[in-house]
Amino acid sequence: MATPLDPAYLRYRHRRQGMDHQRYAWSQLHQREPVEWPGGAQVAFWVNVCVQFFPLNPRGAPFAVPGGMSMPYPDLRHFSLRDYGNRVGIFRMLDALDRCRIKPSFAVNGVMAERAPYLLSVLRERGDEIAAHGWDMDSPHHGGLTPMEETDLIRRSIDSLEEATGRPVRGWLSPARNESPLTPDLLKEQGIVWFADWVNDEMPYRFHTRAGDLWAMPLPNEIEDRFILVQNLHSEDSWVDQVCDSCDFLLKEAAESGGRMLCLNLHPWVLGQPHRIARLERALDYITAQAGVWPATPGEILRHPSFRA
Amino acid sequence: MQPDLKLYDYWPYRDRPKIVWPGGARIAFWVAPNIEFYELDPPANPYRKPWPRPYPDVGGYSIRDYGNRVGHERQMRLLDRFGIRGSVSLSAALCEHHPEIIAACAERDWEFFSHGIYNTRYTYGLSEEQERAMILDAMDTIEKHTGRRPAGYLAPALSHSEHTMDLFAEAGGVYTCDLFHDDQPTPVRVRGGQRFISIPYSLEMNDTIAYVVNRIEPRRYGGMLRDNFDRLYAEGETSGTVMCIPTHNYQVSCPHRLAALEQALAYITGHDGIWVATGREIAEYFLANYYDCVVADILRKREAAGGDAA
Repeated sequence: MATPLDPAYLRYRHRRQGMDHQRYAWSQLHQREPVEWPGGAQVAFWVNVCVQFFPLNPRGAPFAVPGGMSMPYPDLRHFSLRDYGNRVGIFRMLDALDRCRIKPSFAVNGVMAERAPYLLSVLRERGDEIAAHGWDMDSPHHGGLTPMEETDLIRRSIDSLEEATGRPVRGWLSPARNESPLTPDLLKEQGIVWFADWVNDEMPYRFHTRAGDLWAMPLPNEIEDRFILVQNLHSEDSWVDQVCDSCDFLLKEAAESGGRMLCLNLHPWVLGQPHRIARLERALDYITAQAGVWPATPGEILRHPSFRA
Repeated sequence: MQPDLKLYDYWPYRDRPKIVWPGGARIAFWVAPNIEFYELDPPANPYRKPWPRPYPDVGGYSIRDYGNRVGHERQMRLLDRFGIRGSVSLSAALCEHHPEIIAACAERDWEFFSHGIYNTRYTYGLSEEQERAMILDAMDTIEKHTGRRPAGYLAPALSHSEHTMDLFAEAGGVYTCDLFHDDQPTPVRVRGGQRFISIPYSLEMNDTIAYVVNRIEPRRYGGMLRDNFDRLYAEGETSGTVMCIPTHNYQVSCPHRLAALEQALAYITGHDGIWVATGREIAEYFLANYYDCVVADILRKREAAGGDAA
């Protein structure tokens, strides 16, 4: 290591107050105006359910998406286990959510409209909020796409879901939460209002794009079923503990600091399994039994005066 | 490259001179919150990739930003409740990016030690001159914004060269957090012969190692902290030990995790015979009271064992 690095390695172009980019303003949560949720609620509870298709022949570019195929082709075990979520798991999940009167949002891969029209018709009739989740789980958004290719991916995903549900799609979750440098700009240009890829906050905040601001919605990765059960290999009971601890903590903090959000991102192929679904029921029972919890969708949260345009 | 940088001598964990911490305490306990800034688009380093995914790595960048936007305040309030002053492992550029955080810590008389400029600028590949410039830049920046020159160093992202300790000691530094070879402070050999030491910082109790690398459950992390304390507390009766909890505001302060730290801190600070200190305070106390006799003990044992001077 005798050769020095290029002197540019010790030059710092963005070393100044605030962020090192222009996407959003530096702001600490505790310094913002407290938010008062409707009915004096302390914690808004948002559940998002992902409806995903993992192709059997992934390109894996520019990286292998978590949850994707990991065995030599044809990796039927993982392909069919993911598909299980859309056939079986999701109906268990819907029953669990309905029992607790929680209206979730659904982040749906655009391709699901052609792969499972029945499921989309169920979602249409339920009237739940639908967010686009890209085209499929092997179509991550990344800087290697041309702006036209990426715009086409976004447009196709939105169009497919709008056609299947008859309602406008205003929300977005990128596959694997990956973005190109342009993704937020293109989303805004295609009519998206909120997106949930960035995990840097616990309340909605304004995210700047060349076409105006998006709302960045908080949807933590760290408490996801996939992250805790599949990636970290924690027990199902531990997932329940972690979710309930989260709820307790946020209720306590909200009592001192103003409204907070508890946001769960769920995968039917993970929690929809027979041995796991009771844990979801237990967590939902616990959360909805707490005074001060307001089950809300992204649309309802963004109608709050604190987050209006 | 060398098989061993010979930074310290072998010094068995028995029959050591007895360390007693201030107030007769048997354990020095410190909490080291890492307050870091990771760049969204750092320059490439030939030896280590700053982000696993191509630019922009939204997931990696944004969870770290979460620590500063949301997590820091939570952790600070928690430490306030237990009367603990943090010893901040600081990305010096954070003084410029987020002076509000620096002000809040300074108001509480927390310690700031150097953790490089950014946690996305590594020591790897730097020439000695470049590394010296980076070390001095970080120390100058921290001194300018906090009024005090840092005494300690945790190299940025734990990236080192063969001369990191030498250069930091030459810059006026007193202690390093980069070595994990002991549960007590030990002398560290530097080429300039300065009185330079290692203060136990702990990789095992580090929340990011626990949560990200070892993927453990929050409640188990809390249990590990208590177990770690129990043993070091018991052994501290023979000779004073050091326990550190290194934290990261983007890990430990998540709503599903903070209770684990809270319960451990309540347990630990509920004991008598514990000296709640900062890294600098531990280093200064050791240097003033035990450094010389420890050096003599190490030398005596080495000679008794027939070893040569390293």
